[in-house]
Amino acid sequence: MNPSAPGPEPVATRREFFRRGLRAGAAIAATGGLGAWLLDRHPPGDFGRTQGRDLRMDFGVRSAGPGMAIATGRDRPGMLRRALAALGGIERFIARGDRVMLKVNAAFATPALLGATTHPELLAELVRLCRAAGAASVVVTDNPINTPESCFELSGIGGAARSAGADLFIPRPGSFRAGTLPGGRLIRDWPVLDEPFAGVTKLIGVAPVKGHHRAGASMTIKNWYGLLGGRRNQFHQDIDGIIVELAMLVKPTLVVLDGTDSMMTNGPTGGSLADLKETNTLIVGTDPVATDAFGATLLGKTFRDLPYLVRAGELGLGATDFESLKPARVPAPAT
Amino acid sequence: MRITTARRIAQIFFFALFAWLCLVATVGTRVWQWRGWPIRWFLELDPLVAVGTVLSTRSLYPVLSWALATVALTILLGRVFCGWVCPFGSMHHFVSWLAQRSLPLKRRIEANRYHRAQAIKYCLLAGLLAAAVLPVGRMMLASLQTGLLDPIPLVNRSFNLVVLSVADLAAGRWSGAGRYYSGAGLIGAIFLAAVLLNVAVPRFYCRFICPLGALLGVIGRGAPWGIGGQRTKCVECGVCDLNCAGACTPMGPIRASECLMCMNCLDDCPKGEQIAYGPRPAPAGEIASPGISRRDFVISIAAGLAAAPLARLGGATVGDWPAGMIRPPGAVAEEEFMARCVKCSECVRVCPTNVLQPAGFSWGWEALWTPALNNRIGTSGCQPNCIACGHACPTGAIRPLTLDEKLGRAGFEAAGPIRIGLAYVDRGRCLPWAMERPCIVCEETCPVSPKAIHLDDAEQTTREGKAVRLQRPVVDPARCTGCGVCEHECPMSGLPAIRVTSDNETRDRGHAVLLRHENQ
Repeated sequence: MNPSAPGPEPVATRREFFRRGLRAGAAIAATGGLGAWLLDRHPPGDFGRTQGRDLRMDFGVRSAGPGMAIATGRDRPGMLRRALAALGGIERFIARGDRVMLKVNAAFATPALLGATTHPELLAELVRLCRAAGAASVVVTDNPINTPESCFELSGIGGAARSAGADLFIPRPGSFRAGTLPGGRLIRDWPVLDEPFAGVTKLIGVAPVKGHHRAGASMTIKNWYGLLGGRRNQFHQDIDGIIVELAMLVKPTLVVLDGTDSMMTNGPTGGSLADLKETNTLIVGTDPVATDAFGATLLGKTFRDLPYLVRAGELGLGATDFESLKPARVPAPAT
Repeated sequence: MRITTARRIAQIFFFALFAWLCLVATVGTRVWQWRGWPIRWFLELDPLVAVGTVLSTRSLYPVLSWALATVALTILLGRVFCGWVCPFGSMHHFVSWLAQRSLPLKRRIEANRYHRAQAIKYCLLAGLLAAAVLPVGRMMLASLQTGLLDPIPLVNRSFNLVVLSVADLAAGRWSGAGRYYSGAGLIGAIFLAAVLLNVAVPRFYCRFICPLGALLGVIGRGAPWGIGGQRTKCVECGVCDLNCAGACTPMGPIRASECLMCMNCLDDCPKGEQIAYGPRPAPAGEIASPGISRRDFVISIAAGLAAAPLARLGGATVGDWPAGMIRPPGAVAEEEFMARCVKCSECVRVCPTNVLQPAGFSWGWEALWTPALNNRIGTSGCQPNCIACGHACPTGAIRPLTLDEKLGRAGFEAAGPIRIGLAYVDRGRCLPWAMERPCIVCEETCPVSPKAIHLDDAEQTTREGKAVRLQRPVVDPARCTGCGVCEHECPMSGLPAIRVTSDNETRDRGHAVLLRHENQ
C-alpha cells in the first residue's frame, strides 16, 4: 500500500476486510447449516400415506337396553312424544349436561312439504325435548348435497333449530378429518365430519322414509352418509357396501324415522307432492337396523328387498326381525 | 495468462458443457446419450431454483444441494457465476461483443454506464419469490413462477426444445423420437428476443431482467474480495466502462451488486493500476445497495403475494381442474406440483416418445411451460417401461419412480400401477361402435396385461346387407393407467375415438373415479 495515497486509511480497509471475511464465513456456514436442516430426506408426494384414526362412534346408552316404539298419526311432535314416552321417556337416553348432536337429513334445498328432508316441526320438538331433559347443548348438522346454507334454510331446518334453541353447524372444508373404519373396505383413510363432534356425548339421527333409486330405500342408516366428506359419490358404485359400513361406523343413542309421509317415487330427491304417500307412522328406536326394517314396510318392501339390511343383520349390527324388539305400538289418541 | 483470457476459457468451457449436457439428454446408451451424464447439473447449481423451492415447499430437494456451492462462491467472490459460468450469460456476452465491437468507443462507453432501470431485476426477484411463499390452504398455495425468467431454466428450455430441435429437425439424429413441441414458437421468440436485445444494450437480460443475477447480486454484494477503483492517479477517462459487462461503474464507487466479475476493466485501464482486484471496499468506495427503493420493493412483494391467489381464483385447483391436462407419471398432486415445477423442460427433453410437452396457456398462465402429455404429438403415448422424466426433474415435481413402483409390482402391488389418467371410448367416432367397421387397434396396442380394453362382441348387418362381426372396445377403469398408447394409435387421428383424460390419476385422491380397493 502506498501510504501517501488518498482515500481511507489502509488500517480501516484491513479491519473492514477482516469484518467482511468473518461475515462471509458466517454466511457460508449458515447457508450450509440451513441447507442441511432443510434437506428433504423423504421423497415428495408420498402416495401411500394412510391415516389410521379409528372412526367408529358409539353413542349408545346400554342401560336403556334395546327398544323401539311405533307411533301412528299425522302430528309429528305428538307422535315423537308418545313414542318416546313408550320407551320410558327421553330422560332414559339424554341426561342432564349431555351435549347432543342431531344428525338430520338436509340433503336438498327443497321445502319441507316435499318430504326429501327432515321435517322442521319434528326437529324442533326433538330439540325441545332434549333441552327439557337437561341437555347442555344441542347441535344440528348434516353435510348436504346441495349448497349447505340453502339446504338448511329452504328446508326449514335452520329456522326450526334456531327457534327451538339448538346450534346449527354448517360444515366447511376444514370440518372433516380423515380416518379409517376398522374392518371396513370402503371407509379407509376417508374424511369424515369431525369438527362439530367435539365434546358431543349423545347422537340422534332424524330421517324421513324415502325410496332411493340406487339403494332401494334411504332411512336412518343411509342418513349417516351425510357424515362423509370427500368425493363420496364414488361410493354409489357399491351402495350396499357403504351403507353396511355406515351401520358399522355409527352406534347412535337413538334414531327417529319419520314415515308420516313416505317418498314412494323419484327418491331420494322427489320434487312433487305426487311422490309422497301418507303412511302416518313415526318410529323411534335404539337399533337403526330394526328401525329401517320396519320403515321398509312403509315403502311396500321388506328388509329382504334391501341387501344392505340383510347384510347388516348377518353381521349382527342390528335385528332385521324388528318384532324381536317387541316394539311398543302407540296409536293416535282418539279425538 | 491474463485473467480475462481465463474468464473466456471458463465461459467457453461451461457453455460447451451446457450444450453437451443438452445434447446428451436423449434416452439411450451411446456415449452421446444420457447414460450417466449429469444432464440437470446446471439446474442443480442454480440457487434461484433452490431458494424458490425452499420457500414454496419448506424443504431442499437433495440434488439442489449443489446450489449451496454456488451460494458459497458468491458470498466469497461476488457474481462469478454470472460472469464465468452461466451459459445464458455467456451467450449474451458473446452476442454483445459481436454487436458492439465495431461501434465508436464513445457509444460503447455510454452503453455500459449504470442505468437505474437495472433495479428492475430486483423487483422481479422480490415478486417471484413472494409468489412462492404463501401457503394458506388449497386455494392460496404457493405458486413457483421463478422459472419464467430464471436464466438456467429459460436457457435449458430454449436450447433443448427450440435450438436443438431446429438444428435436428431434418436429421432427427439427436433424439429418440420426433422433436415437436407445442408452444415452442413462444419459447423460441422469447429466447431470440433476449439474445437480440444485446444488440441494443450489452448483456441486457443480465442487467435488467435476470432474477438469478439479482439474487446473486444481493448475496455477493458484501464479498470480501472484488474489483475496485484505487483512486491513485485516476484521470476518469472512462475507458473502464468500455467493455464492462455489468454496467457497475468500476472506476468507483463500484456498484457491488452489479459487477459480473468479467474483469475487463482490469485489462482496459490505460494506467494499469487504477483499478484492481483485491480486498473490499476499495479506496474509491462502493455502493452496496442494489438501488431498489423501499417503495418499489414493497410494491413488488405485494404484487407477488397477490399473484398466486389471483391464479387460483379460476378454480383450476379445485372443482374446475383441467381433465385434458395429463401430468407425467410420478408427478405430485397439482398444488405441490405448482410449488415445485420450475418449467425447465428437462423432463420434456428426455421423454423418449416426445409425448411430454410444455403446456401453453390452455390450462391457465400459471401452468405455462409445465409438462403435460399430448398423445397426438407423442409417438406412442407414455411407455410403461420408462421412468426417465422423474429422474430428470431437478425439484421433485416429478418423483423419481422405480419401474416397480410405476408398474405396481415387487412390493407395490397394494398400491397398483401409477395411473396418469383414464381412457374413454367416444362411441360416436369409434369405427366398430359407430361405423360398422372392424378395428380394435386400441385393444391390440394396449400395453397393460391383462388388457385394460376388452371387447364387446356384436353381429350387425351393414347397409349392403352383409353380416359383419364387430368387436367393440370397452375400457376397464380398474386396469387403465392412462398411458395414451390407444389414443395415439387410434385410426381416427384427427380427434381420436379413444381419448385420455386425467380422471382417476393416482396423484390426487380427489380425482379418483373408482372405489379405492378396485384400483388395487
